[in-house]
Amino acid sequence: MARLVIMGGGVAGHTTATFAKKWLGKDHEVVVVTPNSQWNWIPSNIWVGVGQMEKKDVVFPLAPIYKKAGIIYKQALATTIHPEGKEGDDTPFIIIQSTEEGSVGETETLTYDYLVNATGPKLNFDATPGLGDGSGQMGSNTVSVCTAEHAVHANDELTKTFEKAKAGKRQKILVGTGHGTCTCQGAAFEYIFNIEHEAKKAGIRDMLDIKWISNEAFLGDFGMGGLHMKVGGYAVSSKLFAESLYAERNVEWIIGAHTSKVEEGKIEYELLDGTMHEETFDFAMLIPPFSGVGFKAYAKDGADITDQLFMPNGFMKVDAKYDAGAYENWKASDWPETYQNPSFGNIFAAGIAFAPPHLISKPMSSPNGTPINPTPPRTGMPAGIIGKAVAHSVCDMIKAGDDVELHKASMAEMGAACVASAGKGVLHGTAAAMTVYPVVPDFEKYPGTGRDTKYTFGEIGLAGHWIKHILHHMFIYKAKLKPGWTLIPE
Amino acid sequence: MIKEELNFAKNDEFNLTMLPGKFALAMRTCKIWQFFRFMVINVKMLIVVSKSH
Ligand SMILES: Cc1cc2nc3c(=O)[nH]c(=O)nc-3n(C[C@H](O)[C@H](O)[C@H](O)COP(=O)(O)OP(=O)(O)OC[C@H]3O[C@@H](n4cnc5c(N)ncnc54)[C@H](O)[C@@H]3O)c2cc1C
Repeated sequence: MARLVIMGGGVAGHTTATFAKKWLGKDHEVVVVTPNSQWNWIPSNIWVGVGQMEKKDVVFPLAPIYKKAGIIYKQALATTIHPEGKEGDDTPFIIIQSTEEGSVGETETLTYDYLVNATGPKLNFDATPGLGDGSGQMGSNTVSVCTAEHAVHANDELTKTFEKAKAGKRQKILVGTGHGTCTCQGAAFEYIFNIEHEAKKAGIRDMLDIKWISNEAFLGDFGMGGLHMKVGGYAVSSKLFAESLYAERNVEWIIGAHTSKVEEGKIEYELLDGTMHEETFDFAMLIPPFSGVGFKAYAKDGADITDQLFMPNGFMKVDAKYDAGAYENWKASDWPETYQNPSFGNIFAAGIAFAPPHLISKPMSSPNGTPINPTPPRTGMPAGIIGKAVAHSVCDMIKAGDDVELHKASMAEMGAACVASAGKGVLHGTAAAMTVYPVVPDFEKYPGTGRDTKYTFGEIGLAGHWIKHILHHMFIYKAKLKPGWTLIPE
Repeated sequence: MIKEELNFAKNDEFNLTMLPGKFALAMRTCKIWQFFRFMVINVKMLIVVSKSH
């Protein structure tokens, strides 16, 4: 009997675990180690953050689902990886620390035959002074929508801001990225337009100054270098459409910005031209930069081998080309296909946890040497597809030996469908529905835009909102492993 | 006064982009048109999803 241990039960880890268990059956063990007792459909946190959904609508308890599926569930944080085992015993293991009520902090050794790291991002609030509280958590100056709890808090603060506006006090709202190397601009984009939509509904739009701040070199970059779509016989950049939407909704923008300091009601930021500026606010939601969760790895003799498994940013090394060098040399083939760690063949990474070879957007920095560029997004669809491919590979290895051909899921060969909400409402909501193909542009295959413009498109409207709403229910249904769940694509 | 064009004057950056007119805005929430777009977008997304798996 082989044991597959999956660290992280988010989009990628849950996909890997549930498919692996389905394919492996009772003959082998699948163990999920994840710190939260509840699964969160993160994209809908946006609606929690504007009071249009409650926390209970976007989470559900994991234990009964894993029990039903026959997956062993450890509510814990994985802390260290020992891929060579220990003196006298070659069996690899990880150390986990319980987060379950009644046993918080207790540690356990968990051996594995195969290990998947799907721990997603660490929300690195402390990278920007004042964005974090100094102990790794979100600070009190701004809000976030990255977790369901954060989104509940964001809505509480937003409600207070709306109340003040209703009482006749003009309010300044700032939404965007809290550091020069953030990703996930899409989430901030959704949040700012949902706030704008709710403000209109509440009749206080005129009392709000709403401003966007982001590390993107141009609006609509989204960490993917933007995208080109065919509209009205033209192939046009997403920049034009993003700017149009911001102008239409009267949302001013600051771009190419590294938020360098956050204080109560004020941020300092540096622009790509090296100049320093300040912006004040009454309410701010700034996405933190992401890093890996900060695992340590040790050899049999106790030597620190973290650098064999992880890049300095904490993300796991996989089969990517990490030495591609300057932007001019970047190729689609730099991107990983199998997500296998080069040093340990029984270790894989899926979702945000894998280290990308480099940015997708053009690298930029200010004359002061401050990098100001979005890092690559790894959204839900790629995270799920990668999770499934990794599950396939591990199952094949368990059943047919480690020499089997591994399954591939390169972001340079897969597309992504994304629906960015711009306001909730069955009759008056809107969302930008987009597809890109491939996610990572391939300028050799598609000279010019790097993407196939037949399959890269975007449009805003009520239909997009309906799709976003349906996806909310569909993905929660799938994650709950209800009948036919395997038929719903990642 | 064309209401949809007022934002052009709000700042220099707004002035350099495009703004949807009354018709384009109305179509965004026109139920019949959006139902049709719903079908079209779903088909387009399914094609991209199937090419990606
Ligand atoms: C507000 C918001 C809105 C978004 N909207 C969209 C959207 O509309 N469409 C879209 O495609 N994508 C969206 N995304 C991105 C999407 O949520 C991510 O792509 C996806 O969650 C990545 O999956 P993952 O499994 O890699 O990471 P996660 O889903 O973050 O899962 C990581 C898991 O690992 C666990 N973990 C962390 N540390 C440890 C540890 N030490 N040991 C064990 N477990 C650990 C975490 O608790 C978590 O459960 C959004 C993101 C945000 C923040």
